Amino acid sequence: MTLGKVPWLAMSVLAICHLSVLLAGFFAPGSFEVQNRNLAFAPPTRIHFVDAQGRFHLRPFVYRWVLRPGSFAEYEENQQIGYPLHFFVPGAEYKVLGIFNSRQHLFGTGEETRIFLLGTDAYGRDLFSRLLYGGMISLFTGLLAATASALLGLVLGGLAGYYGHWVDEVTMRIAEIFLAMPWLYLLLAVRALLPLHVDPQATFFLLIGVLGVIGWARPARLVRGIVLTAKEREYVLAARSFGAPDLYLLRTHILPFASGAALNQMALYIPQYILAEVTLSFFGLGVSEPIPSWGNMLNDLQHYLIWGSYWWLFSPAIVLVAVLLAYYRLFSFFKVNSFTF
Amino acid sequence: MRFLLRRAMHTLLILVGASLVSFSLVNLAPGDFFDQMKVNPRISQGTLASLRSQYGLDRPLPVRYLQWVRSVINGQWGFSFAYNSPAGPILWSRSGKTLLLTGVATLLAWSLALPLGGWAGARPGSSIDWLTRGTVAVLLATPELVLALLLLLFAVRTGYFPAGGLTSSEYVPSGLWDQTKDITRHVFLPSICLAAGLLPLLLTHIRTAVSEAFESPYIEAARGHGIPFRRLLLRHVLPLAANPLISLFGLSLGMMISSSLLIEAVFSWPGLGQLMLEAIQQRDFYLVVDTAVLSTAFLIVGNLIADVLLYASDPRIRTE
Repeated sequence: MTLGKVPWLAMSVLAICHLSVLLAGFFAPGSFEVQNRNLAFAPPTRIHFVDAQGRFHLRPFVYRWVLRPGSFAEYEENQQIGYPLHFFVPGAEYKVLGIFNSRQHLFGTGEETRIFLLGTDAYGRDLFSRLLYGGMISLFTGLLAATASALLGLVLGGLAGYYGHWVDEVTMRIAEIFLAMPWLYLLLAVRALLPLHVDPQATFFLLIGVLGVIGWARPARLVRGIVLTAKEREYVLAARSFGAPDLYLLRTHILPFASGAALNQMALYIPQYILAEVTLSFFGLGVSEPIPSWGNMLNDLQHYLIWGSYWWLFSPAIVLVAVLLAYYRLFSFFKVNSFTF
Repeated sequence: MRFLLRRAMHTLLILVGASLVSFSLVNLAPGDFFDQMKVNPRISQGTLASLRSQYGLDRPLPVRYLQWVRSVINGQWGFSFAYNSPAGPILWSRSGKTLLLTGVATLLAWSLALPLGGWAGARPGSSIDWLTRGTVAVLLATPELVLALLLLLFAVRTGYFPAGGLTSSEYVPSGLWDQTKDITRHVFLPSICLAAGLLPLLLTHIRTAVSEAFESPYIEAARGHGIPFRRLLLRHVLPLAANPLISLFGLSLGMMISSSLLIEAVFSWPGLGQLMLEAIQQRDFYLVVDTAVLSTAFLIVGNLIADVLLYASDPRIRTE
């Protein structure tokens, strides 16, 4: 059986996105929270090879944005001093994977950040750095929450299918209720039970928990159906007649059967959960300032839309669409039916 | 008749379950509406306690649940602290607007998807088919949030359409016609956004259903008899493909209710979804529960309608 053309592009897009947000501190030239109040809505910094005098430089350099006198958020380049661009420069301190400290950045202009690849937001914060740090939350919330949902569904569905009787009845009735509620309303209802303002570190785990809990019903139902047939298989009956304990049977003979379905459902949940995090943060019920997430960055967009055409504020939306496209391309390659939800 | 009765009972049970779940979930939340008043030094602890007992917030959960059920039966739907009035009237005006939005969007989505998907299914490989598949791919990857923001940008930049709301702020009521025109202008962008979110699902399913129906032997036979294509499609293929499409209709209503929450928030459409968001921010306990339960009710009623339609269209279900 051939699977068709391997979607290298989609795979590399996903790999690059996940890797770069995981090592956000290294790839980002600056910090996500340092504000430059005199640089609100600065457009993306231009990278030059030829300076104002017409001389060519082998090493690219940038000019600093300065406010055009007497204007609001209109900038021109200060062409007096050029700042050469270096690779692997020391800069603002950050934590790698939240464990050890580092000052190395992939590229930059030294201690002070003067390069804004995607411009700045309303507080003059570097949008490119925020995009990377925000992706860490948006992408990994989706991934981890989908895993949590699938695991929860595997365990609960497995127990319901294996033990049957009242365990099955109770679990499946509750699952039915969870499936009957419109899922965005359900998400908000579950979110409502938690405090409104949580500190940013806790929010990450809170979101994973909330999303993981609301999605358990669908995989549980699938797994239960598979377990029901699996437990009647002859080798399972044989193992049982040899006196294998329930836990052993479930772990080695029955759940591996159902893990395919759970994995399938998990894959489907990933893009849905990324969107869910974005939506919650957009509503101000998820990650809150100054910690960026693609959701609260899009919320900025809604607020400042009327002020003019700061097209670079759309960058989280563009990256989001690219990531989703890549995920769906991957699904169609692996024949994951993207319409079962 | 027995079928319908059984379905209705099932619906009621699920609604009770959903209300129990959301009631106890929201009840677990730390803090209530009156917590914000603690900040005010002029309101004493005693006043707060008496307010709480006046609204019954100090009673145990089962008692409050039963009280709430009784008030739902009375049409009060609990009490909104933020609006300082029974929740019922607020809910009705809000859900009317949500139903208006979702109704228009459903109509829009189906009237686009049915001819497009049907044609694509009947003529695979044609240019319409390519167009359909392209639309599906693009819309599937564009989240409704992003689409809504783009449309909002379009509205702001061009000024052809109002950027959100239900009616214009400078609006003076001057006859039914003007009112309809005004609301139509406002409902246009949000409903396009909602419809676009639904289109990938509809197009894919309609296309598959129609193309599968085309492959069945009796269609082949009918084609052999020389029945013209149009008649073949309308009289023979569509009725065969109707069943999955009717179930899809019920499903689509549910998805619509869910995603309208998001669209309402972006376009500041004063519907049920926005009400829920406000209620969560203000810890307005009963409104959160009410909106969750009401939205579930809409979804279930949507599925019920689909079931009834199936029952009417398919004799095989009736004999069961």
